[in-house]
Amino acid sequence: MSDTVIRADKLGKSFIIGHNKFEHSAILGEALIRRARSILRKGGDMFRGRAVIEGDELEEFWALRDVDFEIKRGELVSIIGRNGAGKTTLLKILSRILEPTMGRVEIDGRVASLLEVGTGFHPELTGRENVFLNGAILGMTRREVQSKFDQIVDFSGVEKFLDTPVKRYSVGMYARLAFAVAAHLETDILFVDEVLAVGDSEFQKRCLDRMSEVANAGRTVLFVSHNLAAVTALTRRGIVLKEGRLIFDGPVEAAVAQYSASLSKGKVGRDWGRGRHSAIVAADLLDAHGTPTDIYEPGTLFQLRVEIETTDTLGVAVEVQLRDANNLPVGYYSSGIFSGMTLPAKPGRQTCTFSLRPLFLASGSYSFDLGTVSIASIADHHVPNAITFRVAACNPGGGTIDFHQDYGEGVIALQLDGSMSIDSKPLAAG
Amino acid sequence: MNNPSERLILEAGRADRQYWLDLWRYRELFFILAWRDVAIRYKQTVIGLAWAFVRPFMTMVVFTVVFGKIARLPTEGTAPYAVLVFAGLLPWTLASSILNDASGSVTGNGQLVSKVYFPRLIIPLATVLVGLIDFGVSLIILAGVMAWYGVMPDWHILLLPAFVLLAVLVAIGPALWAAAMIVKYRDFRFVIPFAVQVGLYVSPVGFSAKIVPSEWLLLYSLNPMVGVIDGFRWAILGGESPLYLPGFALSLLVTAGMLWLGIHTFRSTERRFADLI
Repeated sequence: MSDTVIRADKLGKSFIIGHNKFEHSAILGEALIRRARSILRKGGDMFRGRAVIEGDELEEFWALRDVDFEIKRGELVSIIGRNGAGKTTLLKILSRILEPTMGRVEIDGRVASLLEVGTGFHPELTGRENVFLNGAILGMTRREVQSKFDQIVDFSGVEKFLDTPVKRYSVGMYARLAFAVAAHLETDILFVDEVLAVGDSEFQKRCLDRMSEVANAGRTVLFVSHNLAAVTALTRRGIVLKEGRLIFDGPVEAAVAQYSASLSKGKVGRDWGRGRHSAIVAADLLDAHGTPTDIYEPGTLFQLRVEIETTDTLGVAVEVQLRDANNLPVGYYSSGIFSGMTLPAKPGRQTCTFSLRPLFLASGSYSFDLGTVSIASIADHHVPNAITFRVAACNPGGGTIDFHQDYGEGVIALQLDGSMSIDSKPLAAG
Repeated sequence: MNNPSERLILEAGRADRQYWLDLWRYRELFFILAWRDVAIRYKQTVIGLAWAFVRPFMTMVVFTVVFGKIARLPTEGTAPYAVLVFAGLLPWTLASSILNDASGSVTGNGQLVSKVYFPRLIIPLATVLVGLIDFGVSLIILAGVMAWYGVMPDWHILLLPAFVLLAVLVAIGPALWAAAMIVKYRDFRFVIPFAVQVGLYVSPVGFSAKIVPSEWLLLYSLNPMVGVIDGFRWAILGGESPLYLPGFALSLLVTAGMLWLGIHTFRSTERRFADLI
């Protein structure tokens, strides 16, 4: 008998996405005609039983294409790749949330998947109630939850607040309780997607320890993470996805190397052109270990590494512009006018590594525009959106809300210095 | 409870043979989702569970005054008008709340649908349980109203559970269909409340179906709520309210058809819910 528990064969998943060809139409008549056309198109789609997609132009987009792999019982495999490489899509197909467009998967054994911590947690319910609710949602029976209840509570460390609605919990407590439930799932096969991206570093360490316990218990684990240290520590085999295709499958160290290389190489390969006196050739956001990353933890330093080819022009400075998901400017730094620093005036390749002070950025995606300016701040080489990254979760002060760009309250979470003092006086009568 | 040697095959357009087995396995989730909906409903309210009594009772009073006293519509036999109204209001409230809640339930639980697998039918079905709990409360009020008027049910009342089941089936068919359609076309989110609102007036809730001219009665019975409400009155008022059998049979037929359509639409759209939500 074969020991293969998961076999994916020519797996593919496509989505239809819509584009708005015209951004705005100032002319009323034109806008009305386009609106009418869009209603007609959507009506036609509905008549033929198709889904409604916003936008003027439709495009088929392959999130995953021709992916083949086999996973044996007890293997610990990580899936790595940039944002949008198809990792989550793959996990969603394997966990039966999405249906593949092409190909097939065979799975032997009971599967549990953890695509986020605390799925289905209801803010109005107490911690105790949510443990049972979440357990059932993850596929545990009531009896299973009951028998592990004490362990779960113990792991989470929130026993004092078990009968408090979770809406009163801090982000950390919430995440700990949610992870505690998930950590006690007992299935043959476990899929885990970036759940470690939340919580403080102590909690992340706890999660990692628990994950390695699970991994050593002989279960099959598929693990998606941006945390390359965790990936190397937990798994032995790595699958690298790039633009929906499997580009590497082998030992995890080699996979991580391949992925890191593809991160920087991808940028060199993208040829950003050059300015008259300089050329930006590579740029990365780095994590604490100096590895390129596309995740930023709010409140930590931004570590940037920019490689620039210089000529013998004097006074070339580096500029950085932070932009939010709507491409609106958020912040600006110039090595020239802010720090009086310019690049050496000799032909060569300069690697500038520098850190910018922490910002409490709201969750969502961001990018850095990079630019060089020659003397007198004349723009030389400008690369829009040279570095893209995202913030997975943001909440500097506690509470269960993840402060997100989409809320329209800005992109920076303002922080209280110390605590708020309240001096109350009664209102004068009349 | 899980056999490790079971094999799961995922493929485009593959009919899932394990589906109904899965539905059984996830039965606890069904109860827990229903429990969640009940548990959160009266949080941060002042009178809490009393709302379950106040709403149906006030509706009954209004309907009795408007239809019985102002419009002076006839009751059935010697039954007090309030009892007649309440016997109609019970199944109507049950069916309409199921239709309202179940149809929006899949989109309402979008977070779950896009993050976890379980047979999606559990979501709308859980709302049925919630509807039945409210129904239980209303039944207590009905008993009170009947005692107040001194109306005693006879053996017909034993068949009431069958009509409760029928009311659920009448609602769940269109509700499943609408739930699947709302995932795909949010337009239906506006259609369903409107349909329920109109349904209240075209169904014999505030009045007796007997006032419909007999030549139109069969046509009127195309509305499956007519059969359900008549059934309730027959069970509660006993001999006072005889069943119109051809109409009732037609109601059953329409119900069966809608149920099939609902399950079929839901099952065939379900696999793509996570894509569409």
